[in-house]
Amino acid sequence: MNYLRTNIQEIETADELQKIINEHENVMVCCGRMGPMCIPVYEIMEELEEEYENVKFYSMGFDNPESVVIRNAPECRGFMGLPFTMYYKNGKVAKATTSIQNMEQVKQNLDTHLA
Amino acid sequence: MDKIFDVMILGAGAAGLSAGIYASRGKLDTLILSEGVTGGQMVLTNEIANYPGVETIKGYELSAIMKRQARSFGCTMKANVKILKYSLNEEVKSVELEDGRVFRAKTVILAPGGKPRSLNIPGERAYEGRGISYCATCDADFFRDKRLVVVGGGNSALEEAVTLTHFASQVTIVHQFDHFQAFAHAVEEAQKNPKISFIMESELRAYMGGEQLEKVKIENLRTGEMQEHETDGVFVFIGYQPNTEAFNGLVEINERGEFVVDQAMKTNIPGVFAAGDCIAKRYRQVTTAVSDGTIAALSAIEYIRTGE
Repeated sequence: MNYLRTNIQEIETADELQKIINEHENVMVCCGRMGPMCIPVYEIMEELEEEYENVKFYSMGFDNPESVVIRNAPECRGFMGLPFTMYYKNGKVAKATTSIQNMEQVKQNLDTHLA
Repeated sequence: MDKIFDVMILGAGAAGLSAGIYASRGKLDTLILSEGVTGGQMVLTNEIANYPGVETIKGYELSAIMKRQARSFGCTMKANVKILKYSLNEEVKSVELEDGRVFRAKTVILAPGGKPRSLNIPGERAYEGRGISYCATCDADFFRDKRLVVVGGGNSALEEAVTLTHFASQVTIVHQFDHFQAFAHAVEEAQKNPKISFIMESELRAYMGGEQLEKVKIENLRTGEMQEHETDGVFVFIGYQPNTEAFNGLVEINERGEFVVDQAMKTNIPGVFAAGDCIAKRYRQVTTAVSDGTIAALSAIEYIRTGE
């Protein structure tokens, strides 16, 4: 079941997320809702898909019960702002951010953690 | 890049998208460049219930429809760009992006919109997303049975404070004046809510805590007294400021930072128009932004045809 309406491919299950991060070296997942703090991040990801061919970009619904793997991730402890954005490198969390991020911040995280 | 567009619209909120729809449908070669998200303040609105002809619609849905409309008429759109330099006084106007690309056009419509004001006090950066929020719709459920502070005295602050009482155990509104600017019904609703208390004539001076926000420092503006107030979260609703800083010295801007335009949305520079929340006006609604954008586009069409 889809929770989001974006142009970013949506992950629907925890198993699917695990498979993706196992199969791809660099993965960015934005876990949010269709709200004003989340939509800008989806749009930035959409803009960056061509530029960062080495990164796979996905979204996941925050209200999807399966996203508990992100919501309860140790890296997200203390997060109180949507979206929770995860950067995975070789199957492990390399960076996690909370709340809205601008293009510069997203690019910095991609360049620093998923280079 | 040698191509010269007929019109270059800077901003993709309701005003910019409306201008894009009208200009491209008017057969102008139209480019929209946006430094922020497509939809602007529309996307910040959960539900729009007073857009004529549409009973209720999510802000992001209305934005997506406008974007599709503009594209369907041939409008080129580039979002999340960073503009470094503006040249507006020449006959052919241009902007230079951070990545070195240069875009040129015969006319420019400035529609950079506004952004939520922040307090700009110590601790702000550290606790954004860890206690500080600007969106009750997004983050309220992180604060179930928690103590909250709401900063502001306008309609958004008081209405959102009432909304937040559905989640939080208590909400304290901190406001700099001894009265509210909100409509009477919003004030009354907040005042009769048993979960809401008020700290008037006061301002936040610092956010404090460990990994998460734990308290705020508040100054009483009348006495100068400082107090530390324990809280789990702060929601800031102190209005919007026009995104016009980049145009200081280039285009006429008033003391409130708004572009000065005439009824045709013309600025003081020939061929440069402005529309939306960034212009000097009293009411800021999606509908007024749409109107401004429409007028600016029609004026740009006329300018290209007649030179005036």
